[in-house]
Amino acid sequence: MGVIHGEEMVLNIGPQHPSTHGVLRMKVRTDGEILTQITPIIGYLHRCFEKHCENVTYEQCLPYTDRCDYIASMNNNFGYALAVERLMGISVPERVEYIRIIVAELNRIASHQLAIGTFGLDVGAFTPFLYCFRDRERILDLFEMLCGSRLLYNYIWVGGVSHDLPAGFVEKVYEFIDYFEPNIQEYNDILTFNKIFIERAADVGVLPEDVAISYGVTGPNLRGSGVKWDLRRHDPYSVYDKLDFDIPVGTGAMGTVGDCWDRYYVRIREMEESAKIIRQALDQMPREGDVHEALPKKVRPPKGSVYVRTESPRGELGYYIISDGKPKPFRLHMRSPALTALSVIDEIGRGWMLSDVLAILGSLDIVLGEIDR
Amino acid sequence: MVDYLVVILSSGLMSNAHPIVVFITAGILTALPIFLFMAFFALAAVYAERKVSAFMQDRLGPMGQGAGFHAGKWGLLQTVADAIKLVIKEDIIPAKADRKLFILAPFIVFVGAFITYVALPFNQVIMAADFNIGIFYILAVASLGVIGIILAGYGSNNKWSLYGAMRSAAQIVSYEIPAALSILTVIMLVGSLEMQEIIMAQSGTIWGFLPNWFIFNNPFTFLAFFIYFISGVAEVNRTPFDLPETESELVAGFHTEYSGIRWGFFFLAEYAYVFIVAAVASIVFLGGWQSLIPGIMAGPGWGLFWFFAKTGFLFFVMMWFRWTFPRLRVDQLMKVCWKFFLPFAFINILGVGIWDLFVR
Repeated sequence: MGVIHGEEMVLNIGPQHPSTHGVLRMKVRTDGEILTQITPIIGYLHRCFEKHCENVTYEQCLPYTDRCDYIASMNNNFGYALAVERLMGISVPERVEYIRIIVAELNRIASHQLAIGTFGLDVGAFTPFLYCFRDRERILDLFEMLCGSRLLYNYIWVGGVSHDLPAGFVEKVYEFIDYFEPNIQEYNDILTFNKIFIERAADVGVLPEDVAISYGVTGPNLRGSGVKWDLRRHDPYSVYDKLDFDIPVGTGAMGTVGDCWDRYYVRIREMEESAKIIRQALDQMPREGDVHEALPKKVRPPKGSVYVRTESPRGELGYYIISDGKPKPFRLHMRSPALTALSVIDEIGRGWMLSDVLAILGSLDIVLGEIDR
Repeated sequence: MVDYLVVILSSGLMSNAHPIVVFITAGILTALPIFLFMAFFALAAVYAERKVSAFMQDRLGPMGQGAGFHAGKWGLLQTVADAIKLVIKEDIIPAKADRKLFILAPFIVFVGAFITYVALPFNQVIMAADFNIGIFYILAVASLGVIGIILAGYGSNNKWSLYGAMRSAAQIVSYEIPAALSILTVIMLVGSLEMQEIIMAQSGTIWGFLPNWFIFNNPFTFLAFFIYFISGVAEVNRTPFDLPETESELVAGFHTEYSGIRWGFFFLAEYAYVFIVAAVASIVFLGGWQSLIPGIMAGPGWGLFWFFAKTGFLFFVMMWFRWTFPRLRVDQLMKVCWKFFLPFAFINILGVGIWDLFVR
């Protein structure tokens, strides 16, 4: 018997849809439940980030970086501050380096919690999402204590950080790590090793190593495909080279290397590693010191250009800045990891069912604020 | 109940009326409490579901806040407020929808659930009508709602609704088969389709201590209970089988375009179906109004208590499922039904036949 081909239907997923993780629109061709073509259409959240930056001073760009990847603002601030510092040729005190790493890793945990929680939602599990949010709340409380905001921090400044750590913050972070590390087991119990979840995620949306590399996919999505590549280790910035941590990669434990389950599990393991990093950074951090020491009076980098890449929770976050010696950047470009992650959706999602494609999208962990900028 | 009322009415109040008028009056008098019960159950169930899910998720759920106008202590009035909101909400019918089908659909779904209640025995005496094909009737009319779901999906003129309706039709029709075959095992042992007879057959004990419910009767009916219950969960579209209304894929499935009281009817029917599945499972396999300890607490009042305790427990298990499991994919759902449940249901029937012949 031959294969039956029904009529194809064009379906619009989004921009208003519960699980497109923002205002993504996907135009898909469907053959029954199976999707034969997926065209992501972006730009619904475009806010001219790069153009804005050309018209404001270097310091004023910082709050805009918050609003790109709003799930991991600290990491965005971090990358931008590093880029400008490198352009100016200044270095920051050691204490600042550690503070930055602590907040960036805390933010990485918070971001991964959101990623695995919403991935759970995409495959229909509601409770893990709230488990993740329960713990994420604690990180947000820490950040609120640190800089007053819970989402858009504007904390890491060029040449330093905006405020010194408040009294009792270090103890609170220790407390959080002690509380959080055992909780990862809870996520595993309710979601990771659930039979239905494995059925839904394993062997689905396999992203092979070569495809991932040729599309420029980075971060946990690349590591899920079995490539050991982490900028914190392979192109170390700040004081990451003084810290000891593993780079989890996908092993195909439940199916094929690079499937949704691998991408998901890499994030779970990375939360453990982040907790490890935070603990070491807290131990090694100088307790005294000025956090504004290197803060320049006026940020006015010399002529030239710089590209600085950092490992954000979503992958390689790069800032390319061209300076013409004026207080405003001549050109600023941001390399968005989520954009490259989204670009593989047609490649790995084609031929899967509607439910799978939304699961694949969830496993790629995109943030539309960063894609559209 | 209807028969009773007909006798009472024709001998007393309506002795001069035409028999058909008497019958219709008796029918309405019976239907009204059922309708009220459905509405009340939906309110209570939604409240219970919200509270249970909240406690499972480390939350508080609906809570009354501070002084003034609020949802009562522990948010007890929350679902009542929701219901009032639904009733007074604007009634929207999309311009491109097929008006007739769109309006008709919720009523069919509702009626499908409503008429099933006729054959449910709440205790020894409370039952709208005890007729000799009770369980067969329930199985037959309970799947009537799927017509309404298809109409809703088709009539909404929305692609998501259509997807939901197609999935729903496939799912309900598929899971009907293992559910019915599991009940057949019990019918074979009882030799009757009458609901009260099925419950009567479960009196007494096994080995002196276990209640003689069909779930404990033999290994095959034990398995049949689980097949029936899981199929039932699938039939009422609850997680992990809630594909027709997957909020993360199909927005809201077949009722995407519905709002206000029309949506309310779907909602009411959904919880009514949940109750029916839990009730049928408790009647057929868990002894209905039979007491947990045979001989003790056996009056009609206690019967009502036992019936609601068992049904409530099964409902709680459904909530537990819902707030624990992810959702299956549509092909996995069909695989579970046709490759596992159906063969096992057939083996069960064979097994019960052999058991009935040689062991019992």
